Amino acid sequence: MAKLPYFCGTMLPILKVFFSKTDTSMGFFDKIKAKVASVVEAVSFAKLKDGLAKTRSAFANRLKKLLSSGRKIDAVLLEEIEEILITSDIGVETSSSIIEQVRLCVKKEGFDDASQVYGLIKEEILAILQSSAPPTNGYEITDGEKPHVIMMVGVNGVGKTTTIGKLAHNYREAGKQALIGAADTFRAAANEQLEVWAKRAGVDIVQQKQGADPSAVVFDTLSAARARGADIVLIDTAGRLHNKMNLMAELEKMSRVMKKIKASAPDEVLLTLDATTGQNALQQAKEFAKVAKLTGIVLTKLDGTAKGGIVIAIANELKLPVRYIGVGEKIDDLQQFNPSDFVEALFEDKTTEEDN
Amino acid sequence: MFESLQTKIESALKRLRGQSKITEENIEEALREVRRALLDADVNFSVVKDFIEDVKTKAVGLEVKGNILPGQLIVKVIYDELVALMSSDKQEAAFASHAPSIILVAGLQGSGKTTFCGKLAGFLRKKGKQPLLVAADIYRPAAIDQLKMLGDSLHTPVFTLEGKNPVEIAVESIAYARKYGRDAIIIDTAGRLTIDEDMMREAEEISNRVKPHETLFVCDAMTGQDAVNTAKAFHERLNLTGVVLTKLDGDTRGGAALSIRKVVGKPIKFVGTGEKMDALEVFHANRIASRILGMGDVLTLVEKAQQEIDDEEAAKLEEKIRKNQFTLQDFLSQLRTIRKMGSLRDLLGMIPGMDKAMHGLQIDDRAFSKIEAIILSMTPEERNNPKILNGSRRQRIARGSGSTMQDVNRLLKQFEDMQKMMKMMASGNKAQIMRNLKMPTGFRR
Repeated sequence: MAKLPYFCGTMLPILKVFFSKTDTSMGFFDKIKAKVASVVEAVSFAKLKDGLAKTRSAFANRLKKLLSSGRKIDAVLLEEIEEILITSDIGVETSSSIIEQVRLCVKKEGFDDASQVYGLIKEEILAILQSSAPPTNGYEITDGEKPHVIMMVGVNGVGKTTTIGKLAHNYREAGKQALIGAADTFRAAANEQLEVWAKRAGVDIVQQKQGADPSAVVFDTLSAARARGADIVLIDTAGRLHNKMNLMAELEKMSRVMKKIKASAPDEVLLTLDATTGQNALQQAKEFAKVAKLTGIVLTKLDGTAKGGIVIAIANELKLPVRYIGVGEKIDDLQQFNPSDFVEALFEDKTTEEDN
Repeated sequence: MFESLQTKIESALKRLRGQSKITEENIEEALREVRRALLDADVNFSVVKDFIEDVKTKAVGLEVKGNILPGQLIVKVIYDELVALMSSDKQEAAFASHAPSIILVAGLQGSGKTTFCGKLAGFLRKKGKQPLLVAADIYRPAAIDQLKMLGDSLHTPVFTLEGKNPVEIAVESIAYARKYGRDAIIIDTAGRLTIDEDMMREAEEISNRVKPHETLFVCDAMTGQDAVNTAKAFHERLNLTGVVLTKLDGDTRGGAALSIRKVVGKPIKFVGTGEKMDALEVFHANRIASRILGMGDVLTLVEKAQQEIDDEEAAKLEEKIRKNQFTLQDFLSQLRTIRKMGSLRDLLGMIPGMDKAMHGLQIDDRAFSKIEAIILSMTPEERNNPKILNGSRRQRIARGSGSTMQDVNRLLKQFEDMQKMMKMMASGNKAQIMRNLKMPTGFRR
């Protein structure tokens, strides 16, 4: 830590020397470029062919054929399965380990038909998803002290506010009295958006004006929930990129403030992830886990073409379970996560019908 | 990461030592590392496949000359190829010959369309345009309020019609713009999924009716493999003219940029780099290429440095360093310049190799304030000649700056180290300094 300012103090003059235009006519990078250019021979190339569309749409169908037919199990088959896993955003690391497991199992069991591999892969992924998941009790609240506090966190635009609305609706449907805390005091019109959702869900909301301290909103919400004996508190927070330290610290503060009213709060911290997100989601999960005790994931926008396979990587590497999935924009479009349905959908192709 | 990619390639190419040519056989393993790096950066699988083939064609047969390592050569080929694929000469937003120019903005939910529209309005205003924001997202709760608030903060009017559908709103905004002399119309549409046929048809109809001069697809830089499907679907319906990559201020590697560029074939015109209304930048292919490969963003850093650092001042500073006259006062003004450039974490992230060096390191910009306070608690004489700082002076400084003796001592020790390093630099031993800076081997001389 202490070294950094010092590093920067030296960095600038050093950079300046290296990059200064007054130094010579050529900057440092130009020099490198010239040097490398003198080594690399100029080779001209034809432009890349745009064969992408075909490749993509072809393979899901291909896989179906591959796995259902009496095809032999060989390296090519496994490679093609790996392709499907990677294109679902499962990531290279986890895909490879799944394939490796399958390979071992095929060897051990003496499988020889491709259709058996399909089952194996499903089992493998199911095992990963289930290993991280604690038994859920739906919308029943088991901890003794009211209110049960759920805090929603995530980067910008993943659907936190929408999820809060749906979750409030679901808890209400389950006969619980819920209260929403509008702790996104930063984004323009975040309050208004949440208000609409609260109204739809028929749940009360605690808010302050834009620019207020989110921790103050959190405190107010919990106090209000205590006072009126609410069963559950849902805290909506502002979207924040996980590499912004001050914003992450703000999140930490919110958790701290809650504890003044309920020592065990927050009882749940849900990381909302957009199903379209790629490998960066791992980074998000790791960073958010540092400032808040994540208890699960809400995977949103699964009604699109994205498969959200990244949650498998997260379950595999970080043991963080998926709790809910968002499958639409209507208020009852939030479902409890079902691993086997999810795996089934992973191997479906939602886009190919009209292709080819 | 770049360092590690290169190291991996180097080790994969060990067999190549002593050989003077890159051949299909000896490059195979290195390319596997490249493939993995690209996939980890979320470049689409099919794009990666083609790309690797291409790099292979380019690299095979290249001769390894001079003191360059095969790994460096290959990374260079890859980097250049990435830049070439993502570059475009049609980077600027197009404007109509007759006002108003119409810019249609579309994308998935949560990609950052509304925020981008606000930023674009600000951007155009700076260019002397008179933008009009059009709120055509009637679906998401409070989306119109959000745009109105942004419009207010940017002193830009926001057009919308209560009770009308998005197509009507968009169409009528043109007459409104003509009447009130607005010469650039920015239409913010609702987020939509590509498989939502009704919504896609609506977007298509808006496009057909208003005939936009620019149709921009807004895409979250963190998007994974699905980016190609989405971009393709939007392109088919709306005939995109450009792409906007948002949330690039995160730590994503942004492979989606390459995928989309490849599928849509249209330039990436803007990148969003923050939640503030001025956090909009023009796209630079080389920066994203570095980022995809995990090389850090040196060029942005240099640009920022050039913006903030006065050439004359820098020359003076160089002179001082050469003569070993760098004082705490100079250090203080350097610190202040750095702070003007942005957050320390962001800056360091731009330096290649720092990603790794920073691993697990808590970076706190507030540390700057502490150092600033300590130096400001010194007399001018002390700043110029820290040697006179005896115990009682140090104690006074600690008290004055609200810090401890240890803090003061640590700062002075650091300053001493820094002077040593500068001496090294003055003696022209750049290689040694670069090593101290943990620059990747590729950039060492």
